[in-house]
Amino acid sequence: MNHIALKMLMGDTGKYIGIVMGLTFASLIMTQQPAIFLGIMSRTYSFITDVGLPDIWVIDPKVQFVDDIKPMQDTELYRVRGISGVEWAMPMYKGLLKARLTDGTFQTCNVVGLDDATLIGGPPVMLEGKMDDLRRSDSVIVDIDGASEKLGKPSLIPGGKPVPLKIGDSLELNDRRAIVVGIAKVTRTFQSQPVIYTTYSRAKSYAPKERKLLSFVLVKAKKGQDLVELTRRIRESTGLAAYTQADFKTLTFEYFIHNTGIPINFGTSVLLGFIVGAAIAGQTFYNFTLGNIMQFGVLKAMGTSNWILLRMILLQAVLVGSIGYGLGVGLTALFGFAMRHTILAFKFPWQLLLFSGAGISLICAFAAIISILKVIRLEPAIVFKG
Amino acid sequence: MNLAVRCQNVVKVYDTGGQKVTALNGINLDIIAGQLMMLVGPSGCGKTTLISVIAGILDQDEGLCELFGENLLTMRSKDKLNFRAKNIGFVFQAFNLLPSLNAAENVSVPLIINGMKRTEAERKAITLLEQVGLGARWKSLPSQLSGGQQQRVAIARALVHNPRLIVCDEPTSALDHETGRNVMKLLKDVALHKDRTLVIVTHDARIFDFADRIAEMDDGHIVEVKG
Repeated sequence: MNHIALKMLMGDTGKYIGIVMGLTFASLIMTQQPAIFLGIMSRTYSFITDVGLPDIWVIDPKVQFVDDIKPMQDTELYRVRGISGVEWAMPMYKGLLKARLTDGTFQTCNVVGLDDATLIGGPPVMLEGKMDDLRRSDSVIVDIDGASEKLGKPSLIPGGKPVPLKIGDSLELNDRRAIVVGIAKVTRTFQSQPVIYTTYSRAKSYAPKERKLLSFVLVKAKKGQDLVELTRRIRESTGLAAYTQADFKTLTFEYFIHNTGIPINFGTSVLLGFIVGAAIAGQTFYNFTLGNIMQFGVLKAMGTSNWILLRMILLQAVLVGSIGYGLGVGLTALFGFAMRHTILAFKFPWQLLLFSGAGISLICAFAAIISILKVIRLEPAIVFKG
Repeated sequence: MNLAVRCQNVVKVYDTGGQKVTALNGINLDIIAGQLMMLVGPSGCGKTTLISVIAGILDQDEGLCELFGENLLTMRSKDKLNFRAKNIGFVFQAFNLLPSLNAAENVSVPLIINGMKRTEAERKAITLLEQVGLGARWKSLPSQLSGGQQQRVAIARALVHNPRLIVCDEPTSALDHETGRNVMKLLKDVALHKDRTLVIVTHDARIFDFADRIAEMDDGHIVEVKG
């Protein structure tokens, strides 16, 4: 009977494509919109991901997320270094500074100051130049997106694309000269501002004079050290906040979840996609069953049991669901691939496949249940009603 | 004299939006095995309701209806389905072929319902199609066949599992006179034999001469049985 069920489903090409398209649309919306949402949200903590090496981030207890800089005194670094279980602890400066470009305009940049000696916390990928070049005077490393776009030099052609910064070019940070010695690839941040790396001491000289300028203390735990226990010791010894890398990402992620309209906006979009997809696919599938009600009646009159009819409808629902889901997920993957070099945020973890898979299953189950109820309640005597 | 169908005081009342309509009002009818019985009468007289009860696809409210000595009303649902699948063939006014299946696949459906493998069922279906003169058209979809050809496919479908009773609802009313008579001739030649009974509902007077007996109905009653 499976063969008959499939032939019934695919026999009416128009309706079949309609159901599959409805489910494809629902699957696309349920996958693509959350992928963009996750992409945007992952940018909120992309800086933490890029720094990578330290196990623990020590920050001011009032900090709510990674860009919420509340500077500490430099002496805190030495207090952290003195705690047992700490392999090393390095300072890091992070702040928003205005860069004056060659055409006289200003651009706010994310300036990151790395430990002068070790340069720990530097960009994950160097495209041009070397990290060690940061030891040269006035040197900075600029991220490729910032160098190509916001920090680029004005085009010689009016309205043309900016000319990317290259090694040897200079800009001004707080009236001090900065010379580009390297171009790096970093993950885009939430605010998509250019990222400029320099040494900790030089970053402090660029920054406006303040009593406290230490943004983070980056800590590497000794081998075999329990990170949760170490963070507890750091908190108790210093009165500062200490998070593992994963916990600091979670803190940042949750700040954006609870304090911005992003989740509700995307949530609404996903919910609408789900409802529209469910309505289109559910109604088309139900209409398909209604359209075939006489055929189901004939099968029932001939002696087909409700159980077999139920299996036939479930098979039809599973088939259209699988095809629609596959197409939707495939289109989302293509979308992500096509947008990989653009500013668009996109993150497609395997959990998202489960999420949209569950959504499509729900739609198909709903459509199948209302169709099955109709067929089960069907009086086989309908076959003689012309 | 073997009885295929025995109806005694069969009553069926429909509830249509609070209004009771008595479709069968104490039907008494015996149908002899191996005969072609026609149920005739004006529209709304209860013919279709009666063959639905006889075929076991509608339960009567009162009375007894036995099919080959079995009371379908008291059967368990599963047994009733199996009984119907094995013993009854259907021919409908609007053919009711599955539009996305070809002729052979349509004919093979009762065999598949009875548990036969698809390839074997389709092979047997093609043999049946040859008997009804459509051997060369076994791959055709219903939409590619004329009305008469579709009805012949429907007859092959009703016969393929060798049922003991074939119920036909207005099998000629959608066909022109000549095609209708050809279909009836085919039914009588191919379908009818001593172990198989045909019950045909019709008000097409042009085919009455094919009947062994004719039961005339009116207003839920059997008015007269001729022959």
